[in-house]
Amino acid sequence: MVYLSLIVLIPLSMLFFKASAMGWNDFWGTVSAPRTLAAYRLTFGASFVAGLVNVVFGTLIAWVLARYSFPGKRIVDAFVDFPFALPTAVTGITLATLYSRNGWIGQYLYDWGMPSAYNFFGITLALTFIGLPFVVRTVEPVIQELDGELEDAAVSLGASRWQIFFRVIFPNLIPAIISGFTLAFARAIGEYGSVIFIAGNMPGKTEIAPLLIMTKLEQYDYAGAASIAVVLLIVSLGLLWLAGFIQKYFSKRIGVS
Amino acid sequence: MSSRMESAGVRRTLIGVALLYLGLFIFIPLCAIFVHAFSKGVPAYFRAIQDPNTLAAIKLTLLTALIAVPLNLVFGIAAAWAMVKFDFPGKTLLGILIDIPLSVSPVISGLIFVLLFGAQTALGPWLIEHNIRILFAPPAIILATIFVTFPMVARELIPVMKAQGSDEEQAAMTLGASGFLTFWKVTLPNIKWGLFYGVVLCNARAMGEFGAVSVVSGHIRGQTNTLPLHIEILYNEYNFAAAFAVASILAMLALVTLVLKSGIEYRYREEIKATAKTGHAV
Repeated sequence: MVYLSLIVLIPLSMLFFKASAMGWNDFWGTVSAPRTLAAYRLTFGASFVAGLVNVVFGTLIAWVLARYSFPGKRIVDAFVDFPFALPTAVTGITLATLYSRNGWIGQYLYDWGMPSAYNFFGITLALTFIGLPFVVRTVEPVIQELDGELEDAAVSLGASRWQIFFRVIFPNLIPAIISGFTLAFARAIGEYGSVIFIAGNMPGKTEIAPLLIMTKLEQYDYAGAASIAVVLLIVSLGLLWLAGFIQKYFSKRIGVS
Repeated sequence: MSSRMESAGVRRTLIGVALLYLGLFIFIPLCAIFVHAFSKGVPAYFRAIQDPNTLAAIKLTLLTALIAVPLNLVFGIAAAWAMVKFDFPGKTLLGILIDIPLSVSPVISGLIFVLLFGAQTALGPWLIEHNIRILFAPPAIILATIFVTFPMVARELIPVMKAQGSDEEQAAMTLGASGFLTFWKVTLPNIKWGLFYGVVLCNARAMGEFGAVSVVSGHIRGQTNTLPLHIEILYNEYNFAAAFAVASILAMLALVTLVLKSGIEYRYREEIKATAKTGHAV
């Protein structure tokens, strides 16, 4: 417990201490400045879109991994965690190189009139990459534990496979999908390393909130950095609390604790 | 069973889409790292890695991991032990504290150490007076890394310990074993795979951490640069081949981590199967 408070509690309380020391007006002034608001909008917007993309593809991948067997499945399964294992700086330079004007993938996207780096698209792309394992790993175990008898019952009552999916299977997956989305969303809000290389980092346009904290720090505006950080911290802790709450609520309702 | 399965066509399409997505999104970037690393030839690759600044970065990264991992290993066991085997006031708080470093932005993790040790704080001037350099020097890098990686071991252990319960420990205690002996002979063998995986994860994160370390490091080449920071500098100097050469070291570390992970999961499943067959608790 001593170790814990030394390493976690004291440093963390400094953040609130610093932000509160500057007074409410200065705090609000920093947090509601146009540049800060633009950074928050970008961070939350891109994280939200990335979370939605991950819900669609993450659920699909979780389904394929949980229900089907195919050659090389174990390798594919291990690769889902790759974005989690790869250091963020490596992710960042790799994605920026791949999706820039001359990159392997970027050259085609640019030709199709879809500039893929140094804008909203690029930021969302990086956030989607890092969020994927969160959705897959939250949804996969739930699919594995689904009660097959419900599906059999639905078949015997004459339901089609699509009806079964949307009426029987999907409702059971919703809590896991929501909590996977929340985890990916929370991770994306704070993400720094994998995004800054592909983001462009133009103030007010392609500057994410964590980068703005970094910029304030380099200008020795410690109080400003702390106030932006406090807002981010509260949002991501709130989200995690929500994810925990959703999981608890639904597991009680379904009756598996 | 067939009633629970889609038609072969749907099945193949779904597998195809999943594989295509993973291929495009994960496999291509992985290949790209190594292709770009060797884009200027094998000799250039090794020149980039043997560069004194790269070697210094490797050394600092190893030192950081060497301090952070054992510390968090000991703490992780203690925290998981406290969370699972005991009831005490503030247990929920402990659980939240364990999760915090994972959920806050790495930039914020670095920021708090700047606020703690910076020249404008209460602690800052005292440190300067006594000529102790923490910020923008290796000590801060190591501290930030400890902060960021410290949930890894505990979070792996808690579910494993919970699943096993404490019956076996209690049995050992009633037979007269001391607390330490019980831990060494009963608890440790039960949690060894979870523990091992936690250490692997913790190490991977310790060596790869970028955001938090970036805030507290002074970015002094050859002195306070870890591998990820060195990659950033090389990349921003348009020295792409060298940046990817250094990145490939970390990518290999990530691959080793994944191989160990799926290996452990496989062993674990086999052990559970064996238990189910013989009816004995392992």
